Amino acid sequence: MKKENVPQDMSSLGKITKEVCYATDSSGKYVKELSAGWEVKINALDVAWDDIQGRIARAKEQVLNKAASPLLFFMEYRLMDVGILSDYTGFWKWQIKRHLKPAVFNDLPEKKLKKYAEAFNVTVEDLKTMTVHED
Amino acid sequence: MKIDFQHIQSAHCESGVTSSLLRKNSGSKITEPLAFGIGAGLFFVYVPLIKINNGPAIAFRTFPGLIFKRTCEALGIPVIRKKFSSKEQAETFLMERLNEGTPVGCQVGVYYLSYFPKEYRFHFNAHNLIVYGKEEDNFLISDPVMENATTLTTYELERVRFAKGALAPRGQLYYPQNDGEITDEQIKKAIIKGIKKNVHMMLHIPGWFAGVAGIKYTGKKIKKWRDKLGLHKAGLYLAQLVRMQEEIGTGGGGFRYIYAAFLQEADAYLPNNGLLEISKIFTQSGDLWRTAAVQAAGIYKGRIGSQEDFNIMGDYLIEIAELEKNAFRALKGIRWQ
Repeated sequence: MKKENVPQDMSSLGKITKEVCYATDSSGKYVKELSAGWEVKINALDVAWDDIQGRIARAKEQVLNKAASPLLFFMEYRLMDVGILSDYTGFWKWQIKRHLKPAVFNDLPEKKLKKYAEAFNVTVEDLKTMTVHED
Repeated sequence: MKIDFQHIQSAHCESGVTSSLLRKNSGSKITEPLAFGIGAGLFFVYVPLIKINNGPAIAFRTFPGLIFKRTCEALGIPVIRKKFSSKEQAETFLMERLNEGTPVGCQVGVYYLSYFPKEYRFHFNAHNLIVYGKEEDNFLISDPVMENATTLTTYELERVRFAKGALAPRGQLYYPQNDGEITDEQIKKAIIKGIKKNVHMMLHIPGWFAGVAGIKYTGKKIKKWRDKLGLHKAGLYLAQLVRMQEEIGTGGGGFRYIYAAFLQEADAYLPNNGLLEISKIFTQSGDLWRTAAVQAAGIYKGRIGSQEDFNIMGDYLIEIAELEKNAFRALKGIRWQ
């Protein structure tokens, strides 16, 4: 890639920092050039987030329909699968799968709820009521 | 306390950290491309059956931690690397190093990395940064992908050092043991070693899903994605491929441009080995990866999406595989002068 072809399409990262690309100057020598972003990858990231937003919305619906506990919502919200959540909380995967059932979740003691709340970086109250504050 | 340390922005976190940590010993001679090439950083792998963020597990670079390890090894520099089971011990050890004036590389997760934009925060645990001091409750951070040095509070740093999930860092830190200067002779030997290692990784690693064979395999797979996954999901998969290829840290073109830059710099140390010519093939390959990314974007944006469009996409990768096979064969065939 030639230096003058390094894309400068403003991305969400570009607002915070430009990124280093390696590109060739007029003599063909590689130099570092800063890029504000590239539309192709901005779109790729958008596609990934659209998918995540869809998952969050579907999870929310399942919780509201009492088909799943709020854990499912927060797992999608925090991009966590059962494995990652298990690592953060110390619960076994099978325990988490049980806690995904509303009836089981509603009976969880404060101590266990706290572990989940900590992993999701929310309060226990927010966890139970599926409330998020943008951070 | 603040160690005399200069923040330098680089394309990729690990080769950047490696280059910065070796700065003192090498008198700035180990640039990012040299660290990347000596560390045999270039790779391709598409791990079947495993999913990352609900998409294919694809990497354009070698396994996390190897670039630093290999570069130091090839240069004959001893490395200290430590993991911790306790957060207190992890912090104490870090403070001890800072107090004695040693900047330290840390492996961290990016999900709770506060200075990253939200859009970039996934559960990716193999990011690297340098800690070079502490002022009140703030650790001084040199993150190679950022334009400027930054800070993290004690709690924030602990949180990312003990991120959980795949490749959990477990407080991992590392630094070279500083003794003596790195000579040009050492660098020459290290370059040859790095190139040989990379030839092996790309041409001879067993398994059909890694190295140049992996690129070809992925190209063939892509042609089947439309039927197998449906247009929507196939688009998501392609978007993931492009993110792994172009997102922060790659220097563009799936690390192929950094590698081309490495070969140019290597040529200054080892002229008359034809490295400049081979460097051009990697530039070509990087360009072709980017052309493929544009094709992929057409699909995931919904502008195109016929089977023929997927065939074109797959053929790009098959062409790239051939190109890189030739480049690595040329590197393999060098009789070093």
